[in-house]
Amino acid sequence: MKRALSNPLALSGFIIISMIFLLALFAPLIAPFDPDAIDVKAILLEPSSSHLMGTDGLGRDVFSRMLYGARISLLVGLVAVGIATFIGIILGAISGYYRGWVDVVIMRTVDVMLSIPTFFLILAVIAFLTPSIWNIMIVIGLTSWMGVTRLVRAEFLSLRSREFVMASETLGATDKRLIFKHLLPNSLTPVIVSSVLGVASAVLIESGLSFLGLGVQAPQASWGNILTDGKEYIQFAWWLSLFPGLAILITVLGYNLFGEGLRDVFDPRSSRNR
Amino acid sequence: MNPTSDQHILIACGLNKTYTQRSGRFGFGNSKVKALDDVSVSLRAGSTLAVVGESGSGKSTLARCLLQLQPLDSGEVMFQGNNLAKLSGHALRQERRHLQMIFQDPFASLNPRMKVRDIVGEGLLIHEIGSPKEQLDQVVRMLERVGLKTADLNKYPHEFSGGQRQRIGIARALVLEPKVVVCDEPVSALDVSIQAQILLLLKSLQQEMALSYIFISHDLRVVRHIADDIAVMHKGKIVEQGRVTEIYAAPAQDYTRNLLNSIPGRKPLAA
Repeated sequence: MKRALSNPLALSGFIIISMIFLLALFAPLIAPFDPDAIDVKAILLEPSSSHLMGTDGLGRDVFSRMLYGARISLLVGLVAVGIATFIGIILGAISGYYRGWVDVVIMRTVDVMLSIPTFFLILAVIAFLTPSIWNIMIVIGLTSWMGVTRLVRAEFLSLRSREFVMASETLGATDKRLIFKHLLPNSLTPVIVSSVLGVASAVLIESGLSFLGLGVQAPQASWGNILTDGKEYIQFAWWLSLFPGLAILITVLGYNLFGEGLRDVFDPRSSRNR
Repeated sequence: MNPTSDQHILIACGLNKTYTQRSGRFGFGNSKVKALDDVSVSLRAGSTLAVVGESGSGKSTLARCLLQLQPLDSGEVMFQGNNLAKLSGHALRQERRHLQMIFQDPFASLNPRMKVRDIVGEGLLIHEIGSPKEQLDQVVRMLERVGLKTADLNKYPHEFSGGQRQRIGIARALVLEPKVVVCDEPVSALDVSIQAQILLLLKSLQQEMALSYIFISHDLRVVRHIADDIAVMHKGKIVEQGRVTEIYAAPAQDYTRNLLNSIPGRKPLAA
């Protein structure tokens, strides 16, 4: 971890993510207004000292809504990627350890899943379910485990023939021990990198869904639906579109920087300045 | 030389192993490589059998097949009255306790995420030998026996040199007090000066613990120091086997003669 943070890319990404996390965590303390409180006397106010990011068409404070929206974005990102990573590790491990027909079945399933455009698959599934934050997290998780599966499988295949794994087998280790003591701990590094990068895309997908009205439902705030509210007023209330857009940009950038930085640290072959 | 009897502790009979290599377009036109072609070797109790040959001759495959790390196509490996090739699951894991392996690459043979105490103690843990306290004592004794210190217990493999890592690998293999140890090129990745130390260590451990070695090597100078018997492999077949002294003095096969003549600083044998 210390080594990871000595990398400038990883460090800047980490700082960005931590700040957003802190803001989201302490949203109730920081937010000057109730994010859902409608104030008809303060409709579409420009950013000022009392309303840092202005107010929206219903007079709600945009800054407060942004803080609560951050909670949604981060939660969706983490839980969705958590689900995807969990599925990916299990399927990848089975595939890479046992090989044979199980491997064939799993890998062809991965190919099929990858051949479907994820965003449209999610749109179709969400259209059948009630759009809610939990459904979104589960659906994003269930449609983005393929990369991790491939990574873990590849790691297992190459580690399986390494001498320390054979040594443990010679000592009499069971499959369970080989997998959990030797193979898994040594194959997690690329998984961590891809998961961090995965959070960025999950955040984007959630914002996109909420923007289209299939994600987090009003009045609950999400960066995506603040953007939607803003598009009606875009010609004269720029702050309604700018701030959520910037927030999404910065969050995704933060995760990507952190992920790329970690990759450089963990994989010396891909590093530029060493 | 070691006191050796003519009693055989491990007998491998008629081993065959073929690798299928996918080649050509779309995997049509598979070519088969015979890594082991009707190989039979036997190891006398308390002695060292060297298996020599050039790279690709099948000697490492032989090592792995003896330990059932790779399945055999046919043949049997008799050890303590059991045919290892027929065992699987729990029975095989139990038998493996007495049949250990020392690996070639000291950098690849230790799990980089485990401490020395866990690496060396893994066998004891797997076979549930003694209490955790006794296991730790045993690990310490073994480490001291191979020339490492108690302070090394909590270190990770990357903190050691190649020679020290190989000592850890030896400690791991011997902590279960096996009867037979397969050494797959145990010194070929080490500096010459370290090679001698490790060979001496292996030799003295053999006498103390009554071990029998199968010593895989391509280096005939090393083999001469450690082996009692020798089996020469070429293209998956055993072309010649016998006592080291006899074969070094009078090789019967051209291939063996060529191998011996390739030792630097050795007087060429007459054809």
